[in-house]
Amino acid sequence: MLRNIIVALKVVPKPEEVTFNPETKTVDRSKARNEINPADKNALELALRLKEKYGGKVIVVSMGPPIWDKYLRLAVAMGADDAILISDRALAGSDTFPTTRTLATAIKKIGNYDIILCGEESSDGGTGQVPPGIGEWLDIPHITFISDIIEISEDGWAEVKRTIKGGHEILKVKLPFIAAVELGCNTPRFPDFRRKRWADREFQLTIWNIGDLGLNPEEVGLKGSKTIVVDLEEVRPPERKREVLTGAPDELAKKLYELLKGYL
Amino acid sequence: MEELWVFIEQDEGEVEESSLEVLSKARELGDKYGFEVVAIFLGDGVKNKAEEVGKHGASKVLVVDNPNLRHYNSELYSKVMEKLIMKYNPNTVLFSATRNGRDLAGRIAVKFKSGLLAHVISLDFDESKDLVGKVPGFGGNIAAVVKCIESRPQLATVTPGVFEIKEYKSTFEVIEEDLGVELEPKNIKILSKEKGEYIDISKSEKVVVAGMGTGGRMDLVEELAKLLGADVGVTRPLADIGVAPRDIQIGSTGVTLKSKLALILGASGAPHFTSGIKDCGLVITVNKDPEAPIKEYSDYLVVGDIFEIIPRLVKLLRGEENA
Repeated sequence: MLRNIIVALKVVPKPEEVTFNPETKTVDRSKARNEINPADKNALELALRLKEKYGGKVIVVSMGPPIWDKYLRLAVAMGADDAILISDRALAGSDTFPTTRTLATAIKKIGNYDIILCGEESSDGGTGQVPPGIGEWLDIPHITFISDIIEISEDGWAEVKRTIKGGHEILKVKLPFIAAVELGCNTPRFPDFRRKRWADREFQLTIWNIGDLGLNPEEVGLKGSKTIVVDLEEVRPPERKREVLTGAPDELAKKLYELLKGYL
Repeated sequence: MEELWVFIEQDEGEVEESSLEVLSKARELGDKYGFEVVAIFLGDGVKNKAEEVGKHGASKVLVVDNPNLRHYNSELYSKVMEKLIMKYNPNTVLFSATRNGRDLAGRIAVKFKSGLLAHVISLDFDESKDLVGKVPGFGGNIAAVVKCIESRPQLATVTPGVFEIKEYKSTFEVIEEDLGVELEPKNIKILSKEKGEYIDISKSEKVVVAGMGTGGRMDLVEELAKLLGADVGVTRPLADIGVAPRDIQIGSTGVTLKSKLALILGASGAPHFTSGIKDCGLVITVNKDPEAPIKEYSDYLVVGDIFEIIPRLVKLLRGEENA
């Protein structure tokens, strides 16, 4: 039987709903709806499948503001056994260095882990650096861009499918390890209605601050970061003709043909 | 002289082209800021390939040749990189933002408490030789200018296709490095590998792109592409459902096209996708919805049903019908 399967997840604004004000150079996320980072949902789904096959406890951990509460409850409704939110004002502005440090410290505190799963990258920042970074803090192997964990054998090794350029490879990894799960590699389940009601009303979410993790304010947030954002720019769509062509299918096919002719 | 390193990725001796893009750019930065540009080349039997790498801008190629480095393995590669960095203390290490480049850079960054700029689309140094790069976020709508703060080495992964591969006439030396460490994997072993035919559509002249509106009917898309002499690309949802490989997925988590022509079928225009078509020449889209966001990115938006229009277009292209 597996020990803890820990899923590190993040809540992100839907990218198409984030706006940018070029004058004030600020990103406005307030009108954007939030969601669990799509690839992290795939990681959670994989964790739940592993639990069904090999036992163990699925624990979700996340670093963010208290309003993420409901997304962690959603993860619990999907089937996670426990959820921990690391929330502290001092964490604001953390780049991947303090982020991996904080998450790794929380994972150590949870302890007793065999597998840690993350999404391959977040849809807002999208660095993909967090899983290897956590692996280094915990001194365990990391594997990125996996699409499946095929089998876990009694001797403590897992067989993992990893996407590579032009195909995939099958790797054998020693437990405990951390893996980054590819976006879209499985279909995340919908929460069970009754479990969702329980998760929303009765489930006790654990909240830790950095003191609970034994971290100092200097070690996290902007102060603990190794990079700094010095400017923001809008990436404007290139100028296009934006000509709309309508008509009957026959006509449109002919118009298309005319447009494409020069490229044949 | 301080060193600017570029990690050269390879698999079975085949060099990843985007690493050479990064090396070419590094040379330009090296000349401007006074760095020695060093190509770091790990692999099996790669010593005789050092010449073809070095000419793209290195003044030194550091080779680590070992049978266990034939394929990328995060455990062994990060171990070797750690030893090399400790020995030579480079100012900066650059990687191409491929799967393996990102995998390795993320680990090294924490190992050395380094700043790491992720998949940058521009690269420079400031007056104190801190690395500065532009990092696209939120599906490519917004770019942040990010700077490393006084860490050495400082790291960046560079988005493939941003810089051009150049050749330089200057000479370079090849040094084979014997690290004196055992290179047996203890925690990660490669059991098997399956690679299909890989097409790099970032360099294609013409591309037909299928979105969800095609319903995953790749037969129709492929037939059209063949008649146009074009390659095929897809939007992310189609790669997600598995009808096409990730390698031909277009957008911020995939390939950035530079084709002269892009014919895009049934894609609504999500930001993570449109960032991959902004550098195309002529963009023609076919979509049911005349108000879909893709309009902003189209020179021509043909409004209609793909399954009615494309079969007719195919007939015209085959010459079975007169235009």
